[in-house]
Amino acid sequence: MPGQDRPRSFLRVNLIETESLEKRYGGRVTALADLTVTIEPGIVGLVGANGAGKSTLIKLALGLLEPTGGRIRVLGLDPLAEGDAVRARVGYMPEHDCLPPDLSAAEFVTHMARVSGLPPAPARERASETLRHVGLYEERYRPIGGYSTGMKQRVKLAQALVHDPELLLLDEPTNGLDPEGRRQMLSLVHRIGTEFGISVIVCSHLLGEIERICTALVAIDAGRLLRSASLSSMTQHSDLLMVEVDDREDVLKERLSGLGLSVRQKDRVLMVTLNGDDTFDTIRDAVAELDLSLHRLEQHRHQVADLFREEVSHA
Amino acid sequence: MPEAGVIHDIGYQHYDGPRLGRRYATWSIYVHSVRTAFGIGRTAKAKFLPVGLFALACLVSLILVIVSSQLPFPVVTYVGLVASFTFAISGFAAIVAPELVSRDLRNTALPLYFSRPPHRTDYALAKLLAMVTAIFVMYGGPLLVMVIGMSFNTNDGVSGILSEFGDLLPGIGAALIHSIVIAAIAVPLASLTGRRVFATGLIIAVFLLSAPIAGALTNFGRGAMEYLAGIINPVVLLDGVDSWVFGSDTVGAAGLAQIGPYGGVYGLVAFLIAFLGTGLVMFRYKKVKA
Repeated sequence: MPGQDRPRSFLRVNLIETESLEKRYGGRVTALADLTVTIEPGIVGLVGANGAGKSTLIKLALGLLEPTGGRIRVLGLDPLAEGDAVRARVGYMPEHDCLPPDLSAAEFVTHMARVSGLPPAPARERASETLRHVGLYEERYRPIGGYSTGMKQRVKLAQALVHDPELLLLDEPTNGLDPEGRRQMLSLVHRIGTEFGISVIVCSHLLGEIERICTALVAIDAGRLLRSASLSSMTQHSDLLMVEVDDREDVLKERLSGLGLSVRQKDRVLMVTLNGDDTFDTIRDAVAELDLSLHRLEQHRHQVADLFREEVSHA
Repeated sequence: MPEAGVIHDIGYQHYDGPRLGRRYATWSIYVHSVRTAFGIGRTAKAKFLPVGLFALACLVSLILVIVSSQLPFPVVTYVGLVASFTFAISGFAAIVAPELVSRDLRNTALPLYFSRPPHRTDYALAKLLAMVTAIFVMYGGPLLVMVIGMSFNTNDGVSGILSEFGDLLPGIGAALIHSIVIAAIAVPLASLTGRRVFATGLIIAVFLLSAPIAGALTNFGRGAMEYLAGIINPVVLLDGVDSWVFGSDTVGAAGLAQIGPYGGVYGLVAFLIAFLGTGLVMFRYKKVKA
């Protein structure tokens, strides 16, 4: 039986590994091209604009689609050859509405648990337990048709979680939710990744939203890998200072570069990589020597997000 | 807050119990679909039509039993009972097949199934078998009412009851053949569209509109045409199969088909429909987008 022989705490197998993965539709539309990426356990954000190929990657991982080239492995297994084993260990929350309006959430999630292989009694128990975890209580006995969008998203999440998968694939879980609903959904996803100990790959076109809960980010654009990085490793050694002066920022940029600092210019703001406390003094001295008036000198925290944002917007 | 009302959150529990495989999962889809066909686990509105039709069929059967008990000979044989319900039951199939198949297409629920252990063809076969079962239950109710009623009516004691149950066997055989053929027509048609109304219309069109064509060809055709025109309409076709398999003396049979010497052709066509229908449903779900 899949997943039983390996205790969860020792499960360090990569979530998804791809090698020159390619998917074309009908020979013309290219959804993924030459995608090589390794996604490690944790809460991983899969970001990219709409149509970047996020959903296609998820569907390839589930074996719902066949790649037209390259290789993909999920939890160390081939989703095409060992599809049953992969699908028994993975939970999937689709982007679009997929719920029967005339069934109650309890009935529906129980059914889905059974289709995942849980015997009748555990299916019922886990369905109500999972619905409780996602925040549905007495409502779960009412037909889904009368639910709000937020409640429907929770049911979709519950059906993906009900069989206690090792990996959750969430396709745009915050779609259609208001800001408060988004916040709740994200904190739920965070809880699943931390408290529940289930690895999560969460797709979103809103980077700013998911970067807060993720341990790693993978950005794809037009079917190609833009960047893949663990958030902790990147933020540790690459804090940026934002420097703003009255004018002549190009002169300051030259001077700072001459002094051995790494400087990027973004509109009127200079982004200087921080190398210890000396960097502050170097900038202060340079500004004073050039007789410029300093408007702003502050540490910039969301550097990873900005790197992604920049590249996404460039592409 | 009163102590009794407190819900203690014991946190998330991992599931260590058994995980049954693909076969059990497919069985679960089948059971769920049969329940869906009769509105079990759904609102009263969803139960109304299938349960109402079932009750009506049983009632008609009961009336036939009562009439038979007053006459020296039975009004209808078990095979005849099956044949006379087939038109009505094709209407049941036209309503239930879209319920089983089109709803999942409409709700885009297929990705939820296909991302779980059952294969696409498992899903297709589970749905088809559920439809066969639902139709068989519709035949089974009246057959059961009739066999129980006739058993009470017999004058030959236990041997009379045994002979009634012996007569029931061809009836069950006919019900099975009818269920398979009707399902093999209704399910592939319903799987073409997510709009239930269209699916129902499509199925009704096949069953009803082909009837006058078959009738006209039977009346105006000559030679083999006269006998073979019946295969155009599924209900007449099934009637012909009954005559061929269970003999033409099935009292009370709808008497629609004039099979002449072509009984084998009727049998072959029915088999082909069952075979092709199954193949088409499987093919459809291999291709359908998920």
